[in-house]
Amino acid sequence: MVDNGKELSYRLVPSTCVYCGTGCGVLLEVMDGRVTGTLPQKDHPVSWGALCVKGWAVHEFVHSERRLTAPLVRSGGELKETDWDTALAAVAEGLSRVAKEHGPDAVGFFASARCTNEENYLLQKLARAVVGTNNVDHCARL
Amino acid sequence: MTNSIGELEDAEVILVVGSNTTEQHPIIGERILAAVRKGAKLIVIDPRTIHLSSFAEVFLRPRPGSEVAYLNGLANVIISEGLEDRDFIASRTEGFEELKKAVAEYTPAKVEEISGIPAQDLVAAARLYAGADRASIVYCMGITQHTTGTDNVLALANLAMLTGNVGRPGTGVNPLRGQNNVQGACDMGGLPNVFTGYQRVDSEEAAAKFEAAWGVEGLSRKVGLTITEMTEKAAEGELRALFIMGENPMVSDPDINHVRQALEKLDFLAVADIMDNETLRYAHVALPAASFAEKDGTITNTERRVQRVRKAIEPVGEAKPDWEIVCAVARKMGASGFNFLSPEEVFEEIRKVTPSYAGITYARLGTRGLQWPCPAEDHPGTPILHAESFPIGKGRFTPCEFREPAELPDEEYPLTLTTGRLLFHYHTGTMTRRSPSLVREIDRAFVEVNPADAAELGIRDGDRVKVSSRRGVVEVDAKVTDKVGKGVIFMPFHFAEAAANLLTNSAFDPVSKIPELKVCAARIEK
Ligand code: SF4
Repeated sequence: MVDNGKELSYRLVPSTCVYCGTGCGVLLEVMDGRVTGTLPQKDHPVSWGALCVKGWAVHEFVHSERRLTAPLVRSGGELKETDWDTALAAVAEGLSRVAKEHGPDAVGFFASARCTNEENYLLQKLARAVVGTNNVDHCARL
Repeated sequence: MTNSIGELEDAEVILVVGSNTTEQHPIIGERILAAVRKGAKLIVIDPRTIHLSSFAEVFLRPRPGSEVAYLNGLANVIISEGLEDRDFIASRTEGFEELKKAVAEYTPAKVEEISGIPAQDLVAAARLYAGADRASIVYCMGITQHTTGTDNVLALANLAMLTGNVGRPGTGVNPLRGQNNVQGACDMGGLPNVFTGYQRVDSEEAAAKFEAAWGVEGLSRKVGLTITEMTEKAAEGELRALFIMGENPMVSDPDINHVRQALEKLDFLAVADIMDNETLRYAHVALPAASFAEKDGTITNTERRVQRVRKAIEPVGEAKPDWEIVCAVARKMGASGFNFLSPEEVFEEIRKVTPSYAGITYARLGTRGLQWPCPAEDHPGTPILHAESFPIGKGRFTPCEFREPAELPDEEYPLTLTTGRLLFHYHTGTMTRRSPSLVREIDRAFVEVNPADAAELGIRDGDRVKVSSRRGVVEVDAKVTDKVGKGVIFMPFHFAEAAANLLTNSAFDPVSKIPELKVCAARIEK
């Protein structure tokens, strides 16, 4: 843990594997602000210290090169980097315009079995309370 | 699940149907194998020989799409041999006589004709399941992804009620959810017909309750569209704007060519995702989302256990968690009620409006979670559902009639294509295929073909072949194996470059709206 006399910070953060509905308990290894490994949680009531091959590797996609790292807005046929404020305004404008011109039921929302409960709750609240449509679904069926 | 994962070890008999558990839910698969080591007997029903088959006392390999026929067949044998649980039927259920009448014609001989399951094997499975004091049913997409998916599930529930395998440890009807938070997305009202906790949008009482809680008026009482229907309406030009959070319909949905046309037609498409994916090509705005390691929150597993994810690092690049993104969009649209400072604050609102989550707090969740229903802060959570009664009082038997799948093999497309997942990958591969140690294991699409079909078609193991259906063509490597029966081929659906879902049929179950990803007619050529 010693690098040129300076100590690396190292922590274990308890979390849950996000690959399948089993929900095994994991500890994410965090070193200097990067997730570097996954360990099983020994006293977890589902997995009791076991993980499958996907669970052991659940941290690997976090720092993938394919991560989206900046908001993008299409202009001239291409997605171009922009700032958050511009991108969020474009989303709000796009949804509002369609709802106004064609009615709330011309707008749809895909919630996600890969997002948290809180995020799914907020998305359906946005669809129902703000836009005014029940067109909200996720891929549980797939 | 009506029961909990750990209890599988207490079962005397486990019936695994349409679930390749050791590959799709490996740690649950481990539990099943542990039960077998402790003496439990295993019945496996799957169109494909799977790892669990070799541990099974009875292995049935039916033709895909014949589920209702063989499940009715099991009920037929149980009733005709007098193996049903008469006390349970009398005290906890209704509709037994109708069921008895409906399954009478599904004799083992007739079921053999429809499904290809040898009559004596069906009888053996029925005796084994009905003979146990504690028998558990475990199922997955092999049951639900059919045009008869709802009937398939009802037919399984009939079996459990018929034999009194409900509400006790080691029993129950246990669906395994594919993605990590399917259960939670449903619980949270990420569905067109319900608010959180399955409170119906077309119930005046529920709608009024949410109007009061959210401080709004005039919530729509009209049930919304499912994903399959939204795609349909988008293609027709009626649905014009879409906000997609964390989904990749360009790989996961059936009949991808149709999905592409639908997305292209939209006036406005916004996508929030952690990765660059195939769906972004059609987006007007793409928002970088934080991964599970970069945010706090809860997810709910297949046994209804609400559990924490915790922020371990700062979001990568400029990414933001989806909860912040959704709140920011709502505020930009002028809405109030989206000023949350943390996911815990959102959770506090969730439990106020959701009775089954009312007793859960972040502090109580710790590192072991809690199983809903958990109605009060001193309630321990609920590992087993329906212990005393069903939510509707008595359990109702629902007779189901066998119907053929929407598309059957014919001269032009003589084979039945069925799809599934592999151990090393997950869903559309957005995450697993960016994971070096998983890609090392397998990173190429393939199709499994029975040796007899392969010989007829002059295909050898490892040949490059074209697989086609009425909807598309993909090129993959052939794997010649007797894992699949004659006339059946299997493809995993993780691979965007050779997507099985270019071929699959989007015909769906009328009630669940789940598309028939497990059966379509196909052809192979070199
Ligand atoms: S470790 Fe394996 S079995 Fe457990 S949740 Fe992750 S993917 Fe599922």
